[in-house]
Amino acid sequence: MSRIGKVVTWAVLAAAMIVPIAIAATSPYLAYRGPAYLVGGFAGIICLSLLLIQPLLAAGYLPGAPPTTERRWHHRVGWAIITCVVLHVGGLYLTSPPDTLDALLLVAPTPFSVYGVLAMWGVLLTGVLVALRRRIGLHYSSWRIVHNALALVVVVATVIHAIQIEGAMGMLSKSLLCIAVLGATMATLFDLRIIRPLLFRRGRSSQPVRDLASSED
Amino acid sequence: MNSAFHDRRSFLVAASLTGVALLCPLGLSAPALAQGGLAPTRTMRGGSNNYRPNAPLVESLGSGFLVHGIVRRAGDGAPLGNVRIQIWAATTLGGEREPRNHGSVLTQADGSFQLEMMQIVPNFGQPHAHLAYDDGAYQTVFLRPVMPSPRDVSVGADFVLAQA
Repeated sequence: MSRIGKVVTWAVLAAAMIVPIAIAATSPYLAYRGPAYLVGGFAGIICLSLLLIQPLLAAGYLPGAPPTTERRWHHRVGWAIITCVVLHVGGLYLTSPPDTLDALLLVAPTPFSVYGVLAMWGVLLTGVLVALRRRIGLHYSSWRIVHNALALVVVVATVIHAIQIEGAMGMLSKSLLCIAVLGATMATLFDLRIIRPLLFRRGRSSQPVRDLASSED
Repeated sequence: MNSAFHDRRSFLVAASLTGVALLCPLGLSAPALAQGGLAPTRTMRGGSNNYRPNAPLVESLGSGFLVHGIVRRAGDGAPLGNVRIQIWAATTLGGEREPRNHGSVLTQADGSFQLEMMQIVPNFGQPHAHLAYDDGAYQTVFLRPVMPSPRDVSVGADFVLAQA
């Protein structure tokens, strides 16, 4: 990729991730919220934003960085997502314990809560498996299927959760970010799990299947 | 989800009312007939969240937004005057746990009540109010009406109360 191409790619990605957060930061609702609600709310927004770069790092799509570096950042962003989920739920709990408990117990009146809880368990389970994978003897071939399935659940559930919420995010920027997150996830899964294995099997691949995790893990 | 919940409930209520109507000619007693009138309002999910019992009676909790409704008796639908309704919501003053967002009003003789307060803002993803009847003479009911738009400047919720 040309130098200009790299710069444009990173600029578009940065804008897609940062602009929705910046728009949310100008919401008039923020003035009526306490610190815990502010932290919890923005942790959720940042989490949605991180879900955009996460599959791109996993597949090594981003220009200008060696695949192993992207893989390392995929790992770091993963922990950042877990941290954001914990801050999101913790901040909401401090703001309104009964509303948060209702959501966690799946009895909240809000239809989006169940999707948020589903995504939360998906993220936490992924974190547990990352930490314990070798100890419990989960082979890479199984792990990547489990990881991909969980990631798909997390992304779809998060998008449904986010899109139904009336909160600090702007409706347009939130919708565009959600479409981008879904697109990045679907494209990555389709490429890594369908296109590349097919090409590799037919021997027409110009390079071996670039599944970076297999070399590292 | 909420609406489905209510639809199912309405269906059950309608079905049981139909059942009562069908049984009447078979000689069901008069009290059962009385139960076949206006059905009591059921507590909504999440309705009692952040409830602080005995919110003070107030003239208003601010201005710019109106919470209103009518309180009637189950069965005959008679309006209930002088009934205390407690109201709270997240507004421009702060969240649902902010004491300045909690107040009570008494119904008029025609069963109507209204409370002016600060603009309700979306809280936990939905712009909504909380209302409670919790004074013992009738069965306790907690309501949680959701505003169709966060820009709405009023929200209504009606109570049909059953004898305790």
